[in-house]
Amino acid sequence: MNRKKLQLFATPYIIWIAAFIIIPLIIVAIYALTDSSGAFTLENIKAIGIPKYARSLGISVLFSLITTAVCFFIAYPIALILKSMKIKNQNFILFIFILPMWMNFLLRTYAWKTILIPNGLLDNILAFFGITGFNFSDSAAAILFGMVYDFLPFMIMPIYNTVIKIDDNLINASRDLGAGYFTTLRKIVFPLSVPGILSGVIMVFVPSLTTFAVSKILGGSKYLLIGDVIENQFMTAYDWHLGAGISFVLMIFIIIYIVIQNFIDKDEGANLI
Amino acid sequence: MKFTKILPILLPLAALVLSGCGSDTESGEAADSENILYVYNWDEYIADGVIEMFEEETGYTVVYDVFETNEGLYAKLASGDISYDVICPSDYMIAKMIANDMLEPIDYSKIPNLKYIGEDYVESSKAFDPDFAYSVPYTWGTVGILYNTTMVDEEVDSWSILFDEKYRHNIVMLDSVRDSYAVALKYLGYSLNTLDEEELAEATELLIKQKPIVQAYEVDYARERMINNSAAMAVIYSGEALYSQDYNEDLEYVVPKEGSNIWIDSWVIPKNAENKEAAHAWIDFMCRPDIAKMNLEYITYSTPNTEVYDMLDDEDLKSSTTLFPDSDITDRCEAFSYLGEEGDKYYNNLWEDVKAAAN
Amino acid sequence: MKKLFVGRKIYLLLVLIFLYAPIVLLIAQAFNKSTSLSVWGGFTLEWFAALTEAEDILEALKNTLAIALLATVFATILGTIASIALVNMRKKARSVIMGFSNIPLLNAEIVTGISFLLLFSMLGIALSFGTVLIAHIAFCVPYVVLSVMPKLKQLDNMTYEAALDLGAGPVTAFFKVIIPDILPGIISGALLSFTLSLDDFVITYFAKGRGFNTLSTLIYAETKRGIRPEIYALSTILFVVIFVALLAMNRPKKAVNNK
Repeated sequence: MNRKKLQLFATPYIIWIAAFIIIPLIIVAIYALTDSSGAFTLENIKAIGIPKYARSLGISVLFSLITTAVCFFIAYPIALILKSMKIKNQNFILFIFILPMWMNFLLRTYAWKTILIPNGLLDNILAFFGITGFNFSDSAAAILFGMVYDFLPFMIMPIYNTVIKIDDNLINASRDLGAGYFTTLRKIVFPLSVPGILSGVIMVFVPSLTTFAVSKILGGSKYLLIGDVIENQFMTAYDWHLGAGISFVLMIFIIIYIVIQNFIDKDEGANLI
Repeated sequence: MKFTKILPILLPLAALVLSGCGSDTESGEAADSENILYVYNWDEYIADGVIEMFEEETGYTVVYDVFETNEGLYAKLASGDISYDVICPSDYMIAKMIANDMLEPIDYSKIPNLKYIGEDYVESSKAFDPDFAYSVPYTWGTVGILYNTTMVDEEVDSWSILFDEKYRHNIVMLDSVRDSYAVALKYLGYSLNTLDEEELAEATELLIKQKPIVQAYEVDYARERMINNSAAMAVIYSGEALYSQDYNEDLEYVVPKEGSNIWIDSWVIPKNAENKEAAHAWIDFMCRPDIAKMNLEYITYSTPNTEVYDMLDDEDLKSSTTLFPDSDITDRCEAFSYLGEEGDKYYNNLWEDVKAAAN
Repeated sequence: MKKLFVGRKIYLLLVLIFLYAPIVLLIAQAFNKSTSLSVWGGFTLEWFAALTEAEDILEALKNTLAIALLATVFATILGTIASIALVNMRKKARSVIMGFSNIPLLNAEIVTGISFLLLFSMLGIALSFGTVLIAHIAFCVPYVVLSVMPKLKQLDNMTYEAALDLGAGPVTAFFKVIIPDILPGIISGALLSFTLSLDDFVITYFAKGRGFNTLSTLIYAETKRGIRPEIYALSTILFVVIFVALLAMNRPKKAVNNK
């Protein structure tokens, strides 16, 4: 078979992409740009400028930035430690960090709710040691806590995968040449692990930006994140056009991101997984 | 080859699924679409075993789904993409569905057990179903405050306690637009059906001001918080109160003196229902006194069924003012009415303002 | 240095406690006689027995596994064929297709979810098992493509041509030469699809119809009113099964690492 013929095999996939990726997104755009009577309008797009929605988006961006940063600062040392520990079975160690993901994430999030809730497990344990008045359930801190918990493995995996590939000889050479631990870290290890960090950041930032379940379960429904706004329009308030409009704005952000990423990333997204 | 490594996992899984699918097609043949009844009800709103009894007696197969709020129910049905055969909305939502031509008139000749439904409830139903043509009452109740007597010393008889800084992070509100506005509007002395912009602005301001002292906005989970002593008080539907008291003796339910909401949840048949025959059979079954009694004992919501009271063995239930409130209480309560498409939008938008406000 | 080493171990331990605390709680709860999460009411196996009667949970489990398996099979076949075609394309055309293909990976799940809801709604297709399956295949395929593609790029065309020269037909050569070489990529794509489908909540939530639940959507509904102990029992069983399976898969690798 020559190349021309093989290319024909792409046809089913191209049709698939058109039918189930491109057309659905065009429909989102159509809903976003019309009102319930079907007339063209920009109101649903402009809605993101309404103070409460702008505020929701702001909080969401802030929460996901914090989540991403905290995940990075927890995950990076783990990757370094796992690399440095001369354990025979590295895979097993990594497996230990990934295993929690196999318990349904909503169930794990709910478990945190029952731990953090007033008069819950945490309160009871603290009371046993005579500590009272420490409770952060149903707060922004609880949501952040839950998000870090849910997304941490997504940061550990890609960073670990790049760090482990760094040649030990390179590190040893740096040390031999007199560089200290942190200099080696800064000048050798860190630059080489940037691709992993970037994938980790993507894998944590986007989902935490648009989550709606975590904020509901751990935030006592007191924080309206942008995901909650969209979910609410579709599942409760029944204004699909407004929901699509806000989704459309999110989508534009992400498309811009993909275009930029295609410029930087020559691997066509291969380091995402 | 590496594939051999995952075979041990995939094979049993495949076997499991295939066996599952197999049994599905078998039961699928027995239960062709004529025999399936799609029911959409509130979460935990039917006694254990009632569905099985219905299936056994009628031969229908019930596919049962639950919703959490009237608005959620409406959003699911309004698009027309999903059809259920019989659903259980509250009064004002039934009015909205009638107005939008979403309901099928009920053929009452197919509901012989309707005779057990009290005349009062049929009369009350006419507020939202003027010709009593679309609905059959299932349960009714009030909205009030459930509070923990070990955490609240003072006498609770007013909504005002929900706005008291003293109970910071100890108050659970209902995560439902009309119910939360009912609390604020009644406290302010207004009708819970008001469309007056100033009154609503006042209520919104009150709810936003209250937000920092609220522990959480919940619907069904409110009772868990009360049972576990996580909160001192919660705005709750009357039936939830009795259920919670079973698990926590320190809980008391009160309908505040400013008045509250009294509601009826009724069975209705959507226009796009596929099995109206079965839907009628279901509604009739729910009106049967023994079934109504089972439901009352399990979900602890008041029933419009006139036979049930005498059949009850549990004296506690019989003497409960939560379950059987006297006219003092019901007289100060007001039912929700449908506010029109614009009115609903207005409320939804304000409620979103509250939910989006700073804590 | 010694101190630092101890510090590292403590750090790892703390993170592990953080990761496993809710899991330990959930497993303990499966054996707890009391339904309250903060009270230990004694050891019991009754929730495991009750699980066999909980039809809605078992139905959701069946749906979850059926969707995951079917989505994996379809996504793997579609993705592998697509990769073979794509790798033979000129870079420019490939980049464009890959750009679109990667959208579900990068797009917010909630947007993907509502895009399917709106698609099916506009076409008047009733939401059902089938709509959930299509949505799952759609978000799995890009992962298969990304797993298979690198293997294809490493592929030596010479062996394939040698096979042809030696008289093998193109189809035989394809199955005997190309497929075995890219099999690791196909398998990791399939495993990834299976995992993602199994765990998906958001997209299923929007694409599901009446009377249909996967474990994720069932659990979401339950988080709103308190989770039944039968769910803890089921999750414990699943967790142990996966733990054992992953442990078994890890064994051979250990041997390789030990060399």
